[in-house]
Amino acid sequence: MSNARADWTTGREAILYQFCAACGNVQYFRRGFCAACGGSDLVEKRATGEGRVYATSLVCRAATPETRAHVPYNIVLVETSEGFRMMAHGDNNLAIGDQVKARFTQFAGGLVPYFDKRR
Amino acid sequence: MSFITGVGLTSYGKHEGFSSLDLMSKAAALAIADAGLKRSDIDGILCGYSTVAPHIMLATVFAEHFGIRPAYAHAVQVGGATGLAMTMLAHHLVEAGVARHVLVVGGENRLTGQSRDASIVALAQVGHPEYEVPLGPTIPAYYGLVASRYMHEYGVRQEDLAEFAVLMRAHAATHPGAQFREPITVADVMASKPVALPLKLLDCCPVSDGGAAFVVSRERAGGTGVRVRGCAQAHTHQHVTAAPRLSELGAEIAISKAKAASGVAISDVRYAAVYDSFTITLAMLLEDLGLARRGEAAAQVRSGYFGRDGEMPLNTHGGLLSYGHCGVGGAMAHLVETHLQMTERAGKRQVRDASIALLHGDGGVLSSHVSMFLERVR
Repeated sequence: MSNARADWTTGREAILYQFCAACGNVQYFRRGFCAACGGSDLVEKRATGEGRVYATSLVCRAATPETRAHVPYNIVLVETSEGFRMMAHGDNNLAIGDQVKARFTQFAGGLVPYFDKRR
Repeated sequence: MSFITGVGLTSYGKHEGFSSLDLMSKAAALAIADAGLKRSDIDGILCGYSTVAPHIMLATVFAEHFGIRPAYAHAVQVGGATGLAMTMLAHHLVEAGVARHVLVVGGENRLTGQSRDASIVALAQVGHPEYEVPLGPTIPAYYGLVASRYMHEYGVRQEDLAEFAVLMRAHAATHPGAQFREPITVADVMASKPVALPLKLLDCCPVSDGGAAFVVSRERAGGTGVRVRGCAQAHTHQHVTAAPRLSELGAEIAISKAKAASGVAISDVRYAAVYDSFTITLAMLLEDLGLARRGEAAAQVRSGYFGRDGEMPLNTHGGLLSYGHCGVGGAMAHLVETHLQMTERAGKRQVRDASIALLHGDGGVLSSHVSMFLERVR
């Protein structure tokens, strides 16, 4: 688990998660063990980027010059089809329950996942 | 058994030129005098943290500054729940005989000690450093997410949330120490600048300077005693991404354990002091605690139920939303006000009956919860 994450948090166009071979738990925040059962038999998987909007908040007041350049931007929580929840950016018109699909975009000097409504 | 024997509170707002230690000292001196004690009587100190002046040993920094050599001292950090978490610990410490008089203190020059942007950036760090913070969320955005979901599940509207801001402002209007005292309307809240929708500026508590303190003692002092009847905590997650479903949040767990620990039922409660960092926080917590039925808290505000003269007076000092929020001291003001109400020293704000009070604090993004029942004994 010491190798760097090869996902959007390190600038790669991917959303990764971990699957526990012992108990079947899926977890998004990467660790060297399963947070549900403590087991260490984790399999790293790549998510499809598909899911459904769980919550949204349109940020209109940002606190740094880098983020202020992007306002308003929509912070969303998405329930992925793989069963974990993640925070990302999304189209400003997204509503709770919308089926969405991820792409990637630049935000404040880094790569972030961005969800659009699936057509 | 433990009693809150003294309370101290500064005004909230701007205290130009005062450091965090100055504000803590001011509140501490008030609380010790209110308890009728000398500073040398204090043998335990619990303090919070200051985002303006972080220190790994704030309790001893404060003790030295204030001039006390306690037998027990350390800081506690549970975000907005820190004040009640410290009170719970002080309660157990005096019950266990570790200390006789524990000074609980919080204070910060959060408004004038740093820029508002710096404050917002510092607070956003409660988010996950790799999976959340790079997305540019703010504390209002974390709570905005929760608000959107709560509104979706329970049919709550922005106008409903606005009622809580209006109520807290109406209460603050009668407290000379409150940061914001001009009356506002639901229309004002709705028209205020969007911050992190569905939350607008007047749905959010301000950033303040201020300090609050109290003394928790083994024996009661003076006539009317305020006794800690029972308390409990619950911690379900840190980051909003990892929060459980709305129906499994920590407030319901903490209150159910506190009820069991104290033998108090919600129907016994006469005064409520509930964490209100945002209007959604207050709406959700009132319903999670059972002080209002699911989705009905706003209607109960409209009916006057939570007003000073209502059946369940709530945050009669104006809460975080209008009295102000200086960090750890922010929600400690709720306890100070509760104490004044229970000892019938609230002046123009005095409620009819505050014989049993329920206090609830929340830290993080509904991450950490502390519920506490206080009882008046004569």
